[in-house]
Amino acid sequence: MKNNINIDITIPSHTRYLRMITTIGEKVAQEINCPEEVRETLSSQLAVVLTEGLVNAIKHADCTDPNKEVHVQIKVSNGDLFVRIYDSGAGFDLEAIPEPCFTSCGMEDKGRGIFILRSLMDTVKYVRSDSGNVLEMRKNIR
Amino acid sequence: MEFKTEQTEGVTVMYVREDRIDANNSEELKTEFHRLFANSTKDLVVDLKEVLFIDSSGLGVLVSGYKNASTLHGTLKLSSLQSQVKSMFELTRLHRVFDIFTTVDDALHSYK
Repeated sequence: MKNNINIDITIPSHTRYLRMITTIGEKVAQEINCPEEVRETLSSQLAVVLTEGLVNAIKHADCTDPNKEVHVQIKVSNGDLFVRIYDSGAGFDLEAIPEPCFTSCGMEDKGRGIFILRSLMDTVKYVRSDSGNVLEMRKNIR
Repeated sequence: MEFKTEQTEGVTVMYVREDRIDANNSEELKTEFHRLFANSTKDLVVDLKEVLFIDSSGLGVLVSGYKNASTLHGTLKLSSLQSQVKSMFELTRLHRVFDIFTTVDDALHSYK
């Protein structure tokens, strides 16, 4: 049976929608053909990835105007999970974000979001253009 | 965000009464930490039994509280982590930094 899923969601650029996007991610993961224990892990991971990606678009890509919108695409195709988060903010340099400090000495409050995304997904890219930016992530789920 | 706080033998126990700590409500937790530390709390146990989901913003506020407690020569310890929360601590290696206990009683016992 084919198991291709393609969902596009457009929401206001505000953190109050985090719970909703998390729930949608968990529901999508429940529909993916894979062993039960893998599906549960994937569900939890997708919830985190969507949350971190959306917060990144709202806060760090300078898209804090709630009149702006963030477009989220979740796609399952040929054994890959794709998450794309489009923002219309000023953007940021993904490569310039350092890894967080892992000891109590020098430990920062912030700066773990991108590290979490890179840990949970196989590839993480941030593509900038004049018409907007997109955080593109892929994970093999075969 | 709802909290319940108790004092037990000089230690403050904060029960977080929310199922999520994320970028939408983590500042409320930070404000509560500031209030407690400004009101002579030094040793704090944060019970996360009801928290089923945490993001990097939530982790950041707990780190902030940990550092505030350390500055006051006190401690911030955690108890009752659910599976997703535990996974996030392990993913970000923060489980090596925080003292994490299975129950509030275990956390309180560590002060004796």
